[in-house]
Amino acid sequence: MSATTYAWLVLGFPLAGSLIIALGWRALPARTAGWIGTAAIGLAFLCSIGALVMLQDEPAEARHLTSSLWDYASAAGLDIQLGILVDPLSVFMCLVVTGVSALIHLYSVAYLDSDRGYARFFSYLNFFVFSMLLLVLAGNFVLLIVGWAFVGFASYVLISFWYRRDTATKAGMKAFVINVIGDVGMVFAAFFIFRELGTFDYLEAFEAAPDAFTENEGVIVAICLLLLVGAFAKSAQVPLHTWLPDAMEGPTPVSALIHAATMVTAGVYLIARTFPFFELAPTAADIAAFGGLATLIIAATIALVVTDLKRIIAYSTMSQIGYMVVGVSIGAYAAGLFHLMTHAFFKALLFMAAGSVIAAMANVQNIDRMSGFRRALPFTSLLLIVGALALAGFPGTSGFFSKDEILVFAADRGGMYWIFAIGGYATAFLTAFYAFRIGFRVVAGDPCSEARELEGGHLAHAEPENPMTGEREDTDVGFPGPEHHIAERAWPMRWAMAVLGVLALIGGVSQVPGVDHVIETFLEPTFEDSALYHLVPSTSAAWEGLGVGAILSIAGIALAYYCYVANPGVTGRLQERMADVHRFLFNKWYFDEVQDALVYRPSIALGRFANSVFERVVVDGIVDGAVGLVRGAAAVVRGVQSGFVRAYALLLLGGFAALGAYFLVVSS
Amino acid sequence: MAVEWYLVLSALLFAIGAAGILIRRSPLVILLCLELMLNAGNLALVAFARAAGNEEGQVFALVVMVVAACEVVVGLGLIVAMFRRRIPLNVDEIRTLRG
Amino acid sequence: MEEVAFFGLAIGALGGAIAVIGLRNPFYSVLALIVHLVSLAGLFLLLHAEFIAAAQVVVYAGAVMVLYVFVAAYVGNVEEPIWDQIPGQRFVAPVLAAALFVELTIAITGTALKSLESEGPTIPLGFGSPGSIGELLLERYLIVFEAASMLLLIAAVGAVVLAGRRRQGEPSGG
Repeated sequence: MSATTYAWLVLGFPLAGSLIIALGWRALPARTAGWIGTAAIGLAFLCSIGALVMLQDEPAEARHLTSSLWDYASAAGLDIQLGILVDPLSVFMCLVVTGVSALIHLYSVAYLDSDRGYARFFSYLNFFVFSMLLLVLAGNFVLLIVGWAFVGFASYVLISFWYRRDTATKAGMKAFVINVIGDVGMVFAAFFIFRELGTFDYLEAFEAAPDAFTENEGVIVAICLLLLVGAFAKSAQVPLHTWLPDAMEGPTPVSALIHAATMVTAGVYLIARTFPFFELAPTAADIAAFGGLATLIIAATIALVVTDLKRIIAYSTMSQIGYMVVGVSIGAYAAGLFHLMTHAFFKALLFMAAGSVIAAMANVQNIDRMSGFRRALPFTSLLLIVGALALAGFPGTSGFFSKDEILVFAADRGGMYWIFAIGGYATAFLTAFYAFRIGFRVVAGDPCSEARELEGGHLAHAEPENPMTGEREDTDVGFPGPEHHIAERAWPMRWAMAVLGVLALIGGVSQVPGVDHVIETFLEPTFEDSALYHLVPSTSAAWEGLGVGAILSIAGIALAYYCYVANPGVTGRLQERMADVHRFLFNKWYFDEVQDALVYRPSIALGRFANSVFERVVVDGIVDGAVGLVRGAAAVVRGVQSGFVRAYALLLLGGFAALGAYFLVVSS
Repeated sequence: MAVEWYLVLSALLFAIGAAGILIRRSPLVILLCLELMLNAGNLALVAFARAAGNEEGQVFALVVMVVAACEVVVGLGLIVAMFRRRIPLNVDEIRTLRG
Repeated sequence: MEEVAFFGLAIGALGGAIAVIGLRNPFYSVLALIVHLVSLAGLFLLLHAEFIAAAQVVVYAGAVMVLYVFVAAYVGNVEEPIWDQIPGQRFVAPVLAAALFVELTIAITGTALKSLESEGPTIPLGFGSPGSIGELLLERYLIVFEAASMLLLIAAVGAVVLAGRRRQGEPSGG
């Protein structure tokens, strides 16, 4: 089978899985929905490998295979196909998405076992994977936007999965609305692209772009900025980032899959895919890079102080994606995508471990109440530390090689790009610190009450409470199941975490500077027309950068050790002394409040005004007025039909007299 | 007498009959006024027949009489039916054709 | 002589008509109509329409009016006030009727038909006699004659259906 056939199967299996579960869940025996979902993604992963193999059989110049199912629209100069593009970039993304998704599905089989919405979850999750693959495999902008929108929908539906929770539904809506803003940007970009280049197809557009635009011409910058709106909304970069922390209301596997490994990386994929446009509009690329830089710094500072475990990891995601955005914006495509891959591994792992810990804590997510789980949850603790090491960029882990490669590239480009290198390294220090804030808090220290209970063999239970607001929850469908599942007791969770742990540790070997560059060579055919792709830093410069990164990482871990293990009270005292700073960071730099004041309130006020004044007075006035007029006229006319015979006779006579008069007058 | 006089008389009788229909409420009297109008028409027809020297006008008048008789028969039948069903004999009571 | 007869009969006809519309008791209105019809028969005679005059007296003032008398007696006296439920009709109706009369008069007197201003052409003997009417009816206007007969039959049947007794079991009230 050819590569494109495999690609269609990659799309087909998750869709089929979603539909089978959605339509047949009543007929399926108890927990098969989960296994069907996992199998579907597993098969998709195998087909991705098949596509990879078949693609590599082609000579390097020919590794852009397109295939179309049918003509979607073909009229008036429009020619939109339901077509996919199979090239190294899309296959790379497919492998990452299907691989990590399969493991997360496996994890969820056990994690959500007692949830009454089990089948619904797997149907939605499969649909999400299908949408993400559609986005990644799309061969033209229209299908990209379709996948983009589907992914946004899937995210909404999975964030508000436990729909009885007020906070969850609100978070879902928030995510969806911000995603729609991104969609609008994308659609406008598509319009512009069509207007300037006359086509929606990737290959044709990228071919025509250098001839159609001069460097930094207004239109191409506008196109890139509109694409950036979409990318930033989807990847939760400042200023469209406020939905990501709230998205932690969803179940942990959802956070792992969507908000760490796949959906939020869609923006990075987009920038990498449309690199011909960005290289023609360096201004836009620089704006993107600065946006990424701002995000990575802001998110890292917030992750230092928030206390909800999942939200720390969410901010960490935001920060790491900032790295990726910087990477692909400044031209380090291979490095940025390599970091995407490794981040998927260790972030998913971190979320999985966090899920296990939260289950042990009977759904409490506040790390101030967690400590000392190393004896109660040995496996989870080990893998949590592995994930934290990779996040911190400890030498030898995958995160080490990928993150620092981006910074090395930035330094190598020189000039203004030193800012990115410096900012990136400084934040790497902070990253290491907060990664081990989580690590040491949960693992080290005296066991908390739940941990002690677990050491005694009993999993802690508590009244169901909303982790964010503490209010009691109603326990109907749309609420987490009554049982909690920890990795130590559920083998699917253990296997998934183990695989990711191994990958997080050794994944870096694919891009060791001077030794091998698997990813870079693999992705080369996609980026062969890029000027920046081929600026490979020298091996010595690379190892220097890696050295700096290693030192900062170890320093961060050491500081975390000092603060959380050796001198536990230090951070408390620091918090008191710098209360204002702490409050500022704890309130997430007040982004939510600013957005509320600048955007939400005026919009709501406008809506209210429109409803009460404009709608009621003008529109209703016109409509009701017209109706009233007609009614009145009809009532007047109806008065003639009184039913009185003599009235009719009167009218007859009157009419006759009038006619007679008329004829008399006329004939005289 | 000039024929005009007869015609003017006929017009007057017709107008009186029309006014009667509009004023009176009893269906019986309304039928009577209809008779007035029909007879006024008859008078005009016969006058024209005289003026034209042609008897066809008179034949027309005869046929009108026949028609009037039929209409009277049906009308009176209606009145009897109304009376039987205890509907008050008042033309304003029969309003079901109201719009 | 003729004028005297005309005016006398005209007054009779007009009086009868006004009485029909003016009298409250419907029975009296019926009687007034009989007077009117007989006056009209006299006017027909003046116009040399003997057969029509006879038919008027026999058929109209005779048979048709008898029918009216029967029904008026059956129905009884329904004294009714003459004013209306329809507002204003009391005033509008005479006005309209007057307007109609005026228009017709203008139409009649304003025409240029010479024959209207005179007595009409000389007429042969036998004008309006039963013989000549009969000839016309049975020769030129045979179809009309037959159609009129049919109409009479239908009217008679219709009247029976309308006013006839219902079969047993059906109430005759309401």
